[in-house]
Amino acid sequence: MPETNAARALSHLDWLEAEAIHVLREVAGQCHSAALLFSGGKDSVCLLRLAEKAFRPGRFPFPLLHVDTGHNYPEVIAFRDRRAAELGERLVVRSVEDSIASGRVVLAHPGESRNKHQSVTLLDAIAELELDACIGGARRDEEKARAKERVFSFRDELGQWDPKRQRPELWSLYNARIRRGENIRAFPISNWTELDVWQYIARERLELPSIYFAHEREVVRRGGALVPVTPLTPPRPGERVERVSVRFRTVGDITCTAPVESTARTVEEIVAETATTTVTERGATRLDDQTSDASMEQRKKEGYF
Amino acid sequence: MPAAERIADPSREDAGLLRFLTCGSVDDGKSTLIGRLLLDTRSILADALTAIERTSRRRGLERVDLSLLTDGLQAEREQGITIDVAYRYFSTGRRKYIIADAPGHEQYTRNMVTAASTADLAIILVDARKGLLTQTRRHSTLAHLVGIPELVVAVNKMDLVGFSREVFDRIAAEYRDFAGRLGLREVRFVPMSALDGDMVVERGDRLGWYEGPTLLEILEAAPASGARPEERFRFPVQWVCRPHTAEHHDFRGYMGRVESGRIAPGDRVVVLPSGSVSRVRRVEVQGEARAEAVSQQSVTLLLEDDVDVGRGDLLVKLGEEPVPTRELTATVCWLGEAPLTRARRYLVRHATREVRAVLADVAHRLDVNTSEELPAEELAMNDIGRVTFRLAQPICPDPYVENRATGAFIVVDEATNDTVGAGMIG
Ligand SMILES: Nc1nc2c(ncn2[C@@H]2O[C@H](COP(=O)(O)OP(=O)(O)OP(=O)(O)O)[C@@H](O)[C@H]2O)c(=O)[nH]1
Repeated sequence: MPETNAARALSHLDWLEAEAIHVLREVAGQCHSAALLFSGGKDSVCLLRLAEKAFRPGRFPFPLLHVDTGHNYPEVIAFRDRRAAELGERLVVRSVEDSIASGRVVLAHPGESRNKHQSVTLLDAIAELELDACIGGARRDEEKARAKERVFSFRDELGQWDPKRQRPELWSLYNARIRRGENIRAFPISNWTELDVWQYIARERLELPSIYFAHEREVVRRGGALVPVTPLTPPRPGERVERVSVRFRTVGDITCTAPVESTARTVEEIVAETATTTVTERGATRLDDQTSDASMEQRKKEGYF
Repeated sequence: MPAAERIADPSREDAGLLRFLTCGSVDDGKSTLIGRLLLDTRSILADALTAIERTSRRRGLERVDLSLLTDGLQAEREQGITIDVAYRYFSTGRRKYIIADAPGHEQYTRNMVTAASTADLAIILVDARKGLLTQTRRHSTLAHLVGIPELVVAVNKMDLVGFSREVFDRIAAEYRDFAGRLGLREVRFVPMSALDGDMVVERGDRLGWYEGPTLLEILEAAPASGARPEERFRFPVQWVCRPHTAEHHDFRGYMGRVESGRIAPGDRVVVLPSGSVSRVRRVEVQGEARAEAVSQQSVTLLLEDDVDVGRGDLLVKLGEEPVPTRELTATVCWLGEAPLTRARRYLVRHATREVRAVLADVAHRLDVNTSEELPAEELAMNDIGRVTFRLAQPICPDPYVENRATGAFIVVDEATNDTVGAGMIG
């Protein structure tokens, strides 16, 4: 970061960064047992850098937690493990696979998206690890129902988000007081947009899993989206498999995350593309969010992040 | 240069970030204005636009209803009302904006105070046909009370009054008169049509008599968020870093955000409330030394002496100490369902310090429509009043008019853990 010029205000990235660090330190100061949700995705990669700025030379005052759907790209999982090791921080992985094996999660059909089932595994992990707070990389600009989300979001004993029980947030005075069994979800990058995230990744030269950058991949075109051809998502009869240069804007469950056509091979090229894109992040890439405008809100009520 | 290209251009100047609040009575066009700002700065992406076009058609509207862009949660959509503060984002490439959208219904005071607490600027919408309403006065009073530095009165729906200069001038004069009585500083006025876009981002060609800046030009030129290095240095300690590793054996770093002012190595500081004095040895971020830190930066401070510092303490410069107090008098906006009473036990959170508190006295309640002071024993939800709390331990506050960070506090109900009050000291 360049030397601050006294007469000028902070740049927008410096301001957002300082706010996020402030939020992370408030979680550390107010909560007893937190975890930072780290998936290997771009938002949580930003969170890790912010946590370094917040707590180094100390260790993070919380472990990293990944709720693994078992449907992740292997590049992302390898990246996740390597990053945690490089940072010397503890990584806890809890998997939806185990929740299925133990009967806690019942799939409607074997190929069903496991995105929504993450809630069960997450809530079980919260109970098992006795967490009072989870730090996540959700942003308010991702989706309409998130526009009113608090920075410190309150969840009841069942992990549910009740709009009426959310606390007013004034100035930067956050209230993380809870009773046993209740939980706080803290979102340090609430005020960031997708573009801010990419600009921050560029400025901080953050490393990302390779699938964020343009690469050739076999896909089929289905309902306006590109669906990657994988063992979990084979082409349907009659669909034509093409090789297209694509990149992922979000990385999640293979069965419901679609890439976009792109030739952007560097972070700078992605910043330029993001600034001129015409489709929202979820609209382009989430195959499960298009069903209904309110589907995210519904899942949040059920304990989703 | 279009916004998109400017954003991608790494050599562009960055004018920081601005947080603003839009307020207006029902149907003054608040949602339409936000939609217009997003649309004309090309912040709405095609799929979102298609979705609202579809909804507009389904409802039998002739044109796209921009207010649909800021529609909220399912429950509210079903009831057709909005009941909370929503945050929206856009960027011009030069500057990033955070809009706080507080709807104007029953719980308005509570929502507006919440939204206003972080705003650098407020846009007060007035319907050109209706002129100043009770709500206009209430919104202005609240904006003033919460200390929003910049006020812009947007006279909307000019298309419905034939873009009349007389109408605009009359509303502006009437508002100036009211603002003077309220003690408001500089207020700016802009005529516009949020529906058609005149004077929002584009000038249009129907308000030729108006020579001032467009709304967006006003936003672009306003002082950025947190630009107050000239204020006194205030550093609430959030976290103490003691790694106890071989490499950092004696390291003791005080972590927090500079809420105002600036600090550099060599500066003498006082730890409050204890009063211990030391000198700053080093300012750093992630192990890297900084020449100084200014307002709004999150940093780590190392001191020369082994003084006792913990979370909840406040570092200030020697000679600029606020006075510790156990009696807190403030203007309080009550947010809780249950009223503020002597019977309940509260916690006051001031910066990073949390202390037990009981209500000592309610001096009066404010009628936000008339600015009249009324006698009161308690405060109910959405009430604003002059209140004194007695605290179990001291805090070190500044007057709110001098410092919005260290002059503010929230009240938490000890029984429910809810945030039930917002206080402005002095
Ligand atoms: N003619 C004209 N109509 C406008 C203008 N701005 C808004 N409107 C219309 O006024 C009505 C109310 O606008 P909204 O934007 O929904 O009003 P609001 O202030 O957000 O209202 P709430 O969301 O209920 O608080 C809508 O029918 C708009 O189309 C304008 O500049 N000119």
